Amino acid sequence: MSQIKLVSDRCAGCGECIAACPYNAVALENGLPVFSGACNLCGACVEACPSGAIERLAAAGKPAVDKASYRDIWVFAETRDGQPAKVVLQLLAAGRSLADQVGQQLCAVLIGDNPGGLAELLIAHGADRVLLAEHPALAACRDEPYTAVLARAVNQYRPSIILFGATAAGRSLAPRLAARLRTGLTADCTGLEIDPVSGDLLQTRPAFGGNIMAAIVTPNHRPQLATVRPGVFKPLQYDRSRQGEVTRLAVSNGLLAARTEVLGFTAAGGESVSLEDATVIVAGGRGLGSAENFELVKELASLLGGAVGASRAAVDEGWISYAHQVGQTGKTVSPRLFIACGISGAIQHLVGMQGSEVIVAINKNPDAPIFKVATYGLVGDAATILKELIAQLRSGS
Amino acid sequence: MNYFLTAEQELIQQIARRFARERVAPVAAELDEKGEFPRKLLDVLAKTDLCGVYLPEEYGGLGGGMFGFCLVVEEISRVCSGVAICYAASGLGAIPILLFGTGEQKRQYLPEVAAGKKLGAFALTEANAGSDSFAQETTAVRDGGHYILNGTKQWITNGREADIYTVVAVTNKAKGARGISAFIVEKGTPGFSFGKKENKMGIRASSTTELIFNNCRVPEGNLLAREGMGLIVALKTLDQSRPGVGAQAVGIAQGALDLALKFARQRVQFGQPIIQFQAIQHMLADMATQTEAARALVYSAARMIDAGAKEISKSSAMAKVFASDVAMRVTTDAVQIMGGAGYMKEYPAEKMMRDAKITQIYEGTNQIQRNVIASELIKERD
Amino acid sequence: MQIVVCIKQVPDTAEVKIDRKTNTLIREGVPSIINPFDLHAVEEALLLRERCGGAVTALSMGPPQVEAALREALSLGVDQAVLLSDRAFAGADTLATSYTLAAGIRKIGAFDLILCGKQAIDGDTAQVGPEIAEWLDVPHLTYVSGIDEMILAEPARITVSRLVEGGYEQVRSSLPSLLTVVRELNEPRLPSFRASLRARTQAITVWGAADLDVDPERLGIDGSPTGVSRVFVPEYDRQGQIFAGGPEDQARALVDLLRSTRLI
Repeated sequence: MSQIKLVSDRCAGCGECIAACPYNAVALENGLPVFSGACNLCGACVEACPSGAIERLAAAGKPAVDKASYRDIWVFAETRDGQPAKVVLQLLAAGRSLADQVGQQLCAVLIGDNPGGLAELLIAHGADRVLLAEHPALAACRDEPYTAVLARAVNQYRPSIILFGATAAGRSLAPRLAARLRTGLTADCTGLEIDPVSGDLLQTRPAFGGNIMAAIVTPNHRPQLATVRPGVFKPLQYDRSRQGEVTRLAVSNGLLAARTEVLGFTAAGGESVSLEDATVIVAGGRGLGSAENFELVKELASLLGGAVGASRAAVDEGWISYAHQVGQTGKTVSPRLFIACGISGAIQHLVGMQGSEVIVAINKNPDAPIFKVATYGLVGDAATILKELIAQLRSGS
Repeated sequence: MNYFLTAEQELIQQIARRFARERVAPVAAELDEKGEFPRKLLDVLAKTDLCGVYLPEEYGGLGGGMFGFCLVVEEISRVCSGVAICYAASGLGAIPILLFGTGEQKRQYLPEVAAGKKLGAFALTEANAGSDSFAQETTAVRDGGHYILNGTKQWITNGREADIYTVVAVTNKAKGARGISAFIVEKGTPGFSFGKKENKMGIRASSTTELIFNNCRVPEGNLLAREGMGLIVALKTLDQSRPGVGAQAVGIAQGALDLALKFARQRVQFGQPIIQFQAIQHMLADMATQTEAARALVYSAARMIDAGAKEISKSSAMAKVFASDVAMRVTTDAVQIMGGAGYMKEYPAEKMMRDAKITQIYEGTNQIQRNVIASELIKERD
Repeated sequence: MQIVVCIKQVPDTAEVKIDRKTNTLIREGVPSIINPFDLHAVEEALLLRERCGGAVTALSMGPPQVEAALREALSLGVDQAVLLSDRAFAGADTLATSYTLAAGIRKIGAFDLILCGKQAIDGDTAQVGPEIAEWLDVPHLTYVSGIDEMILAEPARITVSRLVEGGYEQVRSSLPSLLTVVRELNEPRLPSFRASLRARTQAITVWGAADLDVDPERLGIDGSPTGVSRVFVPEYDRQGQIFAGGPEDQARALVDLLRSTRLI
């Protein structure tokens, strides 16, 4: 059994480990740290210890899989209304760069009732190969048959990495597949890299409500599964000249058993906020002070032909609906221009918008973390500056 | 102050406090602004078992008495007395059934109120019968196995929202005060409708409407007590419920005190938190003392009722008068301590001040209560 | 019907702050709560019990202090509570957690329905529910926002609405089945007086690894394919340009710049 252990002759009793522990599991007793049952063996204390007095002891090594026998990067090509979901093209871009780095192929796995026509599009967006599973029973994305088809394909082709969009479908299917394959899955990643030393996929994701980031690895199992946040990666340009092959997967009846049945779909009514598609977003936060001032954000957004975003604080205040929330618990956006008004820049917000091309921060506190990600900063009362901006844009146009 | 609550009473208080803080607080300002009835909140409250806290266990209640009732009303009022009164007014509708109902009436109506599945209301006031409650104009005329009700009740709390109404009406005008009777009238009875919802100064989450009876036929089985007992039913009910208004007032005062204290600690003027100034300190000290005194009086009155004391009119009136006057003073002072911020709707202080006013008015104005106290004093001399 | 609800005790992440000087989480004084999504699962289980009869078991895995969360579940009205607690479970990722919980569910006995919150607010993975379903070989439906139909007579089945991108999907599943639920499914209740009184003295079943039919190699950190390689507070340092002057000057500078760079 693995454990966290103190090598006490080196411990200086400084307590850095207590501060570092995200689980509140360390306390000092007689000047030395003790680890309670709440310890999750995450190793934060091991890294934090300035004297190297804490070690994580792994259990007796178990035989790792032959990692070298797993090659290629797969993208699950989720479809919606006969088209690839937007996130699929983003995944292809992410997968392309990983594949180029390790010199392997990028495959899109396309499952459905006659979806073959989409293969060309997937290739033009970066796939070297499309694995195609077709059957009328696969028309809707149902977890059981999709898991069966994917698991069989994995056993046949042994990919090293499989990426899913962190959509309702992806986040339902990927864990079922991960459990079937007895392998690791990392949810809702916002960054993907190959570790140059181990060759493992470094999967970065927000943790603790977006307050911190964690890099997750699957060191001894293959394939490495990840769901990826929509909006984090930008699709590659459509390139007709790209070449790729289409390989059909055999779909035997045994793979199609399902205990669920999709009966229908009801589109949600109400306001449509295409934050993810907007090229300009004007977002407001608590620093605006009131619902009336938040109206200025909407006014500027409409002047610039952009969408309205909000921090969690503004949504909690009830100034605008949750559909506009940007951040860990809201949407991830990457417009050309993001104007943050009265948003201090909590990490949970920053993870949702730091991919924007140009970020303008308006805040009265010059030390606010939002200025750390801003391309341009305006220091002052957000509402006053917004009124100025609106007046000048009106008079100048 | 330690009131030596039992473990059960502490649990009642704790659950009511969680309800107030976790569910009521986030929506209190919005309910006040919109004047919206808190149906969802009452559904949540129903599942806590607290709707029947004062009812005996045989009718699905917790047997916690009027003291338990006061603990709940106080905790909710600390956050929003508009929500609290929806709860309390339901009790006011059920108490006459508990006090005067037949076994059958109790079994029919009380378990549903205890479970929070149905809300109660109590209808005494009319346009020309306010403090002068003898001047009833609504009539109930016997017709075979029914009474036919005609007339309009005014400013009825939980109007339209409640399911079970205790309604007072004249059955025999010639007999004056002894010609008045009380009836249980269910919502949906033909001829029973509601007037417009009143736009109030405070307790805006609650619903206040007219009840309109137009040849409304009520089965004779719904008569409470006997014909002619109506005013007794009403007065005895109000004697029981008045500490509840006191508890509402104590809750409002405590909420305002909490707010003023927090504000005074944070607000810096002349280089220091204003709580450092003696002028503020003395105000806070008075507010705290008055609130505690009101609480002690309310708890004592409620405990007297639960102990089965016969003469409760005076103590109930005292609890109501004193606590409501305290609530008005303490909320006014809370607004004063908070200055401009207290006057703005961003803070709940001004709402508490608006909410406090009604406690001096309803369930018998404070002037009438003083009459009651005085007449008891005079009787004691004899 | 027999319902198992999986709950997780989590730190109230809304209360977690970062110490900017040391770049670490400030955990002091952060209360432990039942994962808010799990409260909706508990509520739905209780509503289904009110409608169809049966019993609800709350199940959790974690250190002994998780008993507090289970006691809260009892005070909400679940019939019994089971805690899986063992040093061998520590450090489990979602695969090892779901493996252990699935073993706990098998030991609890026959079930018609398993309910989970859609995800936990401290990890936000949304994986444990579907993974439990796979270990137990039952179907699962995620992001359930409404239960439209529930039929216990054979063939037993449930019809639900799922919250998916752009709307709601209506899906039917045979029973037994596992659902993960979203907030709009219901309004969770508060503890009731009677259940709270009962919960004070009710025993909570605690099972360790030895009590479960499990492969020790699949437990805890050793049974976890994924590991945290690093936890960090992201450092952003774009060294952007701060405009000078009053509101009017700053606004003009920005408008000019955005226009000249054709951003607007």
